[in-house]
Amino acid sequence: MSATADKPTLPPEASYAGMIGRVADPVLERRPGRRWWIGFGATLLLTLGFAVCLAWLFIEGVGIWGINTPVVWGFAIANFVWWLGIGHAGTLISALLLITRQNWRASINRFAEAMTLFAATIAGLFPIMHLGRPYRFYWLVPYPNTMEVWPQWRSALVWDFAAISTYIIFSILFWYWGLIPDLATMRDRARGRIARYAYGAFSLGWRGSARHWQRHDALYRAMAGLAVPLVVSVHSVVGMDFAASLMPGWQETIFPPYFVVGAMFSGFAMVVTLAVLVRRGLGLQAVITERHFDGMGKIVLAGSVAMGISYLTEWFTTWYGGDRIEYEHLAYLFTGDYAPLYYVMLFCNVLVPQILWLGRMRRNIAVAFVVSIVINIGMWLERILIIWNTLSHTHLPSMRHVFYPTFWDWATLGCSIGLFAFLFFCFVRLVPSVAMHDLNKRLHQEKEARG
Amino acid sequence: MSAGLMAEFQEAEALLRALRAARAAGWRRMDAYAPYPLPEAAELLDAHGGPVAWIAIGAGLCGAALSYGTQYWLSVHDYPINVGGRPLHAWPAFLPATTIVAILWAAAAALLGMLALNRLPRLHHPVFAVPGFGRASEDRFFLFLSSRDPRFRPEATARFLHGLSPLRVSEVPEK
Repeated sequence: MSATADKPTLPPEASYAGMIGRVADPVLERRPGRRWWIGFGATLLLTLGFAVCLAWLFIEGVGIWGINTPVVWGFAIANFVWWLGIGHAGTLISALLLITRQNWRASINRFAEAMTLFAATIAGLFPIMHLGRPYRFYWLVPYPNTMEVWPQWRSALVWDFAAISTYIIFSILFWYWGLIPDLATMRDRARGRIARYAYGAFSLGWRGSARHWQRHDALYRAMAGLAVPLVVSVHSVVGMDFAASLMPGWQETIFPPYFVVGAMFSGFAMVVTLAVLVRRGLGLQAVITERHFDGMGKIVLAGSVAMGISYLTEWFTTWYGGDRIEYEHLAYLFTGDYAPLYYVMLFCNVLVPQILWLGRMRRNIAVAFVVSIVINIGMWLERILIIWNTLSHTHLPSMRHVFYPTFWDWATLGCSIGLFAFLFFCFVRLVPSVAMHDLNKRLHQEKEARG
Repeated sequence: MSAGLMAEFQEAEALLRALRAARAAGWRRMDAYAPYPLPEAAELLDAHGGPVAWIAIGAGLCGAALSYGTQYWLSVHDYPINVGGRPLHAWPAFLPATTIVAILWAAAAALLGMLALNRLPRLHHPVFAVPGFGRASEDRFFLFLSSRDPRFRPEATARFLHGLSPLRVSEVPEK
């Protein structure tokens, strides 16, 4: 990785104004093309579909999904963990790469953070949808009430509430703070009156004073330093939602780190997917280069190896522990009702990303795109299989039963992806998708290095 | 009466050269504007990010104390629940929420503190009246010498700035 940090990632003929033009013009000057309108329209329909799913859920109740005793957690919880995992990567990538001085992050951190924001928000909806009485979710907040009841602070689910709400607020602050100088650039470039006023108001009157920059940088670094432990703790708490139970396959000490690695892995895969789409859609070939895909590919590969080691550790400790019910659970993974899906998951998460050992493949954008989609599917399968394999194969054999998803299960998942895409279509038309000031700082460093 | 004079430069290096020259000449009430952070310029202006870290640490500790205190008081005194005889003051179980709330407080306070230190939001500022200042957010660099500096003499200061080979020198209005 250090090699990538030192190597120039931007084209040698690039200029400051040229870089800003490349990023800002698609938003300010160019009209949205036909492809954008088609995508916007299609995802708007899916977003409306999501509203229908929610409405029907609130009218009819969670019985519209395939969940039933003993598989009381279904798609909603898997979707929650999956979306939150994706939502972890943006802030983690941005913060971690900042702290480790990987300056090439400048080209990808903005839309990765936006991805975090949208994914974490969607993730936050699922546990509420999953509640039988969603209108009482605020009982998780410790507020003085006439019932004189307080949350149970020793429960991982209460920590989870604190973690997710904090994470969403934090991600908004981190994203917005990085965005302020770029909004000022947009204000100064915008020609329309409305755009000038809107960008002007949101940029809070940023004028680029060196004193402000110094404090901006100090705060940004401080936030990045806080983001890393926050991200790790948030997904650890999600892991503990499972691990604090007494269920075979869940009560494992490896769960918190395993969830964090999985989150980073799936999130980075989603960043690669979006990078390919943003690059093509906005014509940012000079800003997001093959070298960026090379760097991201290495991290995805590292994630895949870590996932493989996690699976191996899980199998080994189960076998070595010698607990009968755990042992049966392990056998159920490989030979039970969901075994084919388990093999598909291993294929997607562990086998396919190994192609990224080859530098030629990492720099091939089509390959990066396909691999990232495969990983996203594999990680969703992992989330759902953690739930299905444990709950379908409970302690009481007479209760065991297989989960069959209903139409509403699939519709809610599909429409939530549509909502995510819809938010992203809005994002690329409203704010610069790449951090322009970071990009120019990077360009300045590269020009200095070149002499 | 103007608030001062503003010189525009093409390159970051030119701005830094000018800043060094102004500092050597004894200027203190001045500012530099750039489209991206120039740590060297901040150094020449004696600017520090310092207090932000302290604000974050202080607010984080407050948040942690409040969060832990709430959990302790609720679980031990106000609403004790006996779960299989487990201790009511279960400090390891209180730590996740404590850490997370501390981070939230630290981040929010640091952000607000930063805005206050920078005197932002302030949507209008005299420097925006300088012709071409819009490019301070793109690819131009500006040096501002304030008329409140005891060294400020309109003609002499303008001559000094012209001597630093800027693209142009403009007056910054008072309001």
